Amino acid sequence: MATLSKPKFRWHIAVFLAPAVLVYTAVMIYPLFNTLRLSFFAEIDHERVWVGLRNFRTLFLDPVWSKQFWNALANNFWFFLIHMAVQNPIGIALAAILSSPRLRFAALYRSAIFVPTILSFVIVGFAWKLILSPIWGIAPGMLDAVGLKFLYQPWLGKQEYALTTLALVSVWQFVGIPMMLIYAALLSIPEEILEAGECDGITGLSAFWKIKLPLILPSIGIISILTFVGNFNAFDLIYAAQGALAGPDFSTDILGTFMYRTFFGFQLQLGDPHMGSAIASAMFAIILAGVCIYLFGIQRRLRHYQF
Amino acid sequence: MKSMTLKGALLITTLLGATSATAQDAELTIESWRNDDLTIWQDKIIPAFEAAHPGIKVKFTPSAPAEYNAVLNSKLDAGSAGDLITCRPFDASLALYEAGHLADLSDLEGMGSFSDVAKSGWSTDDGAHTFCVPMASVIHGFIYNKDAFAELGLEVPATVDEFFAVLDKIKEDGSYIPMAMGTNDQWEAATMGYNNIGPNYWKGEQGRLALIEGEQKLTDEPWVDPFRQLAKWSAYLGDGYEAQTYPDSQNIFTLGRAAIYPAGSWEISGFNAQADFEMGAFKPPVPNAGDACYISDHTDIGIGMNAATTHPEAAKTFLNWVASSEFASIFANELPGFFPLSNAEVELRDPLAQEMISWRDACASTIRSTYQILSRGTPNLENETWNASVAVIKGAEAPEAAAQRLQDGLASWYEPQK
Repeated sequence: MATLSKPKFRWHIAVFLAPAVLVYTAVMIYPLFNTLRLSFFAEIDHERVWVGLRNFRTLFLDPVWSKQFWNALANNFWFFLIHMAVQNPIGIALAAILSSPRLRFAALYRSAIFVPTILSFVIVGFAWKLILSPIWGIAPGMLDAVGLKFLYQPWLGKQEYALTTLALVSVWQFVGIPMMLIYAALLSIPEEILEAGECDGITGLSAFWKIKLPLILPSIGIISILTFVGNFNAFDLIYAAQGALAGPDFSTDILGTFMYRTFFGFQLQLGDPHMGSAIASAMFAIILAGVCIYLFGIQRRLRHYQF
Repeated sequence: MKSMTLKGALLITTLLGATSATAQDAELTIESWRNDDLTIWQDKIIPAFEAAHPGIKVKFTPSAPAEYNAVLNSKLDAGSAGDLITCRPFDASLALYEAGHLADLSDLEGMGSFSDVAKSGWSTDDGAHTFCVPMASVIHGFIYNKDAFAELGLEVPATVDEFFAVLDKIKEDGSYIPMAMGTNDQWEAATMGYNNIGPNYWKGEQGRLALIEGEQKLTDEPWVDPFRQLAKWSAYLGDGYEAQTYPDSQNIFTLGRAAIYPAGSWEISGFNAQADFEMGAFKPPVPNAGDACYISDHTDIGIGMNAATTHPEAAKTFLNWVASSEFASIFANELPGFFPLSNAEVELRDPLAQEMISWRDACASTIRSTYQILSRGTPNLENETWNASVAVIKGAEAPEAAAQRLQDGLASWYEPQK
């Protein structure tokens, strides 16, 4: 007795979704799950054999592997910490300065600071290697000119400085992104609110701390999570500057370079796609955990203001 | 009409020509990673072979070095690989042989002209089967700036003590950096450092094979001594060597700013083009005057036959020719620094290359200690040696501690060392 005709299936939705879904599935979702699958196998006598969690046991419990893994993870956290402590505050400060109406040439500064972001990692890596080079670099000369030559060190070659140096190079490259995002957020704050604050005697710096900062907190949250994901996926800059062995003495080795070295092999070390996949899966789990903590722990507590 | 007849006639002759020649006609394709050498193959090597062997055509089709292994593997699996395959030394080619992609060439006539050391890069572990014809090796030693040595009144050192005396004098004078090497890229410290000076201590093949057999350990004196010498190098490497890269070192030397360069012979052609001073070479100094000397004469390139080739006879003809002195002399003179491995006498024109190859008469040859068998497991001994050599040069690790770490790593997976 069905008198009501079923609502017509809206084909156009499927048709419009299809290209994105297909491309995304082919280049992201399928490889992701295949990598996860691959990490449960190993090659024994030229055959691919299911070994369950053995690769992960090796990765976390075997002293040789686990030492490298924890080293890479710790370096990765340091890399992330420097970005959070240096890149984002500087980005916010730059955005605050740029959004000041009295600043002249704001557009020029904005472009100049953003330009490194669009450069290739390879160019950035090699340019900074040259700048900091003890032999041809301009860094020793510039320090010498201001009488600070004693501060110069071959930073990229010293175990204790190399990772921090590279993190700062990466900060230099990417500081434009938080700057732009915060800048956009700052511009969207209505003048009325600031003027209301002024009537109550809140001007200048305190206007920033008491009015603008709370309003841009959601953007800062987004930037933090982007930085987290970006840093734990990082690979290019380290590879371009220090090579796959992430020298000196693995002090710049992060999960990305560790995974690359294992997956594709290096020099005499033959590639092991299965162990490599296990590392990639671990990276995926770490990033997923970080994103979940952010989404459920922080994002939901952030207060959004509607104007 | 006239041109039509001409075309027809030409067509018929080509058809006839083709059918009559098929009996021996073969076209061979060579897979290689040496795209730098493309013109030398096309202009010198292949014409020389084709002139001597009408009926066999050869095509050289290289791919990029970094992609070669992957490209070759997929071509072999798909059955579209060339007839002749340029072989990387040791495990990469051994894996191809074990997978049945490379034919066994032990019975090839030309194999007779190679020594066991020369064949070691492309033989099974027991040495019973060889699957690539050795083409070239690289020799390690030190290249020096002759003008600088003359200016400072220095003699070429023969012993380790003389070597450090020379370095001290250069340092004292101050106009040259004594030695151009950095630790940023790591491999130089192991390849031009540890494996360059080491064979004099571990007595070349004797020590290397004893290590593989498990009769010697990396913590034995002959294996720790090279580290002890390396630990003294840092004082002579110039400011900021920690961040100095491989191209930096090459440039420092060819610009005449450094006096000595720990070298591999592959540098020769590049240095000839760059440096405007006269260069000489000396072999790794021996610990005591009069000691027998050993050099690292490392097998680097070989060539083998695709087991699935449709022209096995033609391919074997080519491989036999590669084993001949004619090929050796063309290859060695066009690519100075890549030395032929066959026992045939070869006349080299480049003085620096002549100097380096002459060490073969005075010293015993060996290959890099870490390359055969010992870098099969995890941790990888070769990569660990890079790391350890750098740590020792920088003083971050004592020679004994570095050796102990290498030994522990090797013993963790290599049965004879357990």
